[in-house]
Amino acid sequence: MQETVLSVTDLRKVYGDLVAVDGVSFSVCRGEILGLLGPNGAGKTTILECLEGIRQADGGTLNVLGVDPGREARKLRNLIGVQLQSSGLPATMTVREAMRFFCAYHGVAPRYDLVQRLGLAEKGDAQYQELSTGQQRRLALALAMAHLPPLIFLDEPTAGLDVGSRAELHVLMQELRAEGTTLIMATHDMAEAEKMTDRVAILLRGRIVATGSPTDLTATGEAYTKVSVRSEQSLLFECEVSFPAVSQRFLNQEYVIYYSTDPGPTVSAILGYLDEKKDPLIDLRVERPSLEERFLELTSPGGAQ
Amino acid sequence: MNAFAQHFAYEFKTGLRNPSLLLINYLFPLGFYAMMGLIMTAINPLFTASMVPALVIFAIIASTVLGMPSPLVEAREAGVFRSYKINGVPAASILAIPGLTTGFHALISGAIIALTAPVLFGGDAPVHVGAFVGITLLTAFTCASMGMLISVISDDSRATILWSQLLFLPSMLIGGLMVPLDALPERVLSFSALLPASHAMELFTGWAYGRPTVFNLPASAAMLASSGVLALVLSIVLFNWDTRNQSRRGHPLLALLVIVPYAVGALLAI
Repeated sequence: MQETVLSVTDLRKVYGDLVAVDGVSFSVCRGEILGLLGPNGAGKTTILECLEGIRQADGGTLNVLGVDPGREARKLRNLIGVQLQSSGLPATMTVREAMRFFCAYHGVAPRYDLVQRLGLAEKGDAQYQELSTGQQRRLALALAMAHLPPLIFLDEPTAGLDVGSRAELHVLMQELRAEGTTLIMATHDMAEAEKMTDRVAILLRGRIVATGSPTDLTATGEAYTKVSVRSEQSLLFECEVSFPAVSQRFLNQEYVIYYSTDPGPTVSAILGYLDEKKDPLIDLRVERPSLEERFLELTSPGGAQ
Repeated sequence: MNAFAQHFAYEFKTGLRNPSLLLINYLFPLGFYAMMGLIMTAINPLFTASMVPALVIFAIIASTVLGMPSPLVEAREAGVFRSYKINGVPAASILAIPGLTTGFHALISGAIIALTAPVLFGGDAPVHVGAFVGITLLTAFTCASMGMLISVISDDSRATILWSQLLFLPSMLIGGLMVPLDALPERVLSFSALLPASHAMELFTGWAYGRPTVFNLPASAAMLASSGVLALVLSIVLFNWDTRNQSRRGHPLLALLVIVPYAVGALLAI
């Protein structure tokens, strides 16, 4: 059984009249990458900040590596790495100074190798105010990882990063996971969540409306699977037969495209039809709905009631 | 290097690297010193007697009260304190280290003034150097603590400027720096007794130069020290990591408690 490093039970956080987080519960195992997804204001950052000990929860039980972040935040400092969504460094602090400074407070040697890996080697003597937004985020990431914490929180880690830096960060994240580091990231990037996370929790108005692996989530729900078929004689173009579970049919150049709620019976019936008509199959593609489509379905008005 | 040394080294370099801080730590007080040395000594030759302590106090107030609070408020607004918090930088270090380094810069400016004024402008050198150094350190401590308190209670940079000027301008006008305290009218003297600068000036006059004073010197030293300690304690109590400074542990007007030692002194007419 995998070791649970973080558990949240019935977390609640209120700002004035606004209930930002309303009864959220989840747990994360060692070496897992959990993605928190949700529209702006869904409560992602608030949840992360409560777990990081930056904000006090108004209710619920939090356990981060055996520590209650609300009561013993100081104990957490060397156990977690945090890249905040909105945080800054002193304007005149250079990249190398920042690495020395924060590593000194964590009691570890500076990790200049991370500065190099994240493409900041040439900016070592540049002041924070001279860095681009993407470079500032890369530095924040390097600082979050520098003291080798077993648990890292990333808030929109790739926002503002170029393609190369994003790819390098993904490689770094996979390496960290392979070493047993647990990562929790809030993101708007569905493709990234689908590619990088083991599990996602989709939040809406402070509640979790769906949780599971990206594969499991995209396999459920009302979103349609796209089935594209091309055959030698193109008999499907004039076919009047209605195949099971198909809701819509389109023609696109040499392909007939079906949107199916249950692709298994649909594909089976199409193949049976082509076989019966002796029309050899040239190409058949089945595309599951993306995480983004599932996300939009869940977070659209009335979608997650 | 340990964390304190790294932090101190960074903050000290910031005092030279940041153009605004370089201006307020060195160019402004030393420029003002040069101007006063050239012009004021020609207009009022008696100014040479109080020139050194007056301009040392000026340099300290410029760095600590005018210069230090704004960068701290801007850092909090930019989320720097949040970054510090998640990386385990203690609140006391966030306040105390800039206070120490700013005091250090002020002492360098003060030392330049104290060492060159007698040679360049005929300013009177202190008779008791040990007392001069001690009073300089005490003044730097008290003013740095007040600068910290201003940064903690100010919600934004504009508020910082208002609070800083509330302390700086009266200090210049009625703090004994430009006009001797014994030349002030009785009513104005009551107000000047509420200013740290007045008591610092009196301590220099009495203990470093051996001249007669208006205030009771041990009482002035006690007021200066106690208000410095009070300002330091209030800074730590009212300190807030929050970028918007909205979740303090007390009302910002608690900061006015730093006046209490001076008010008590004034009421008891010491």
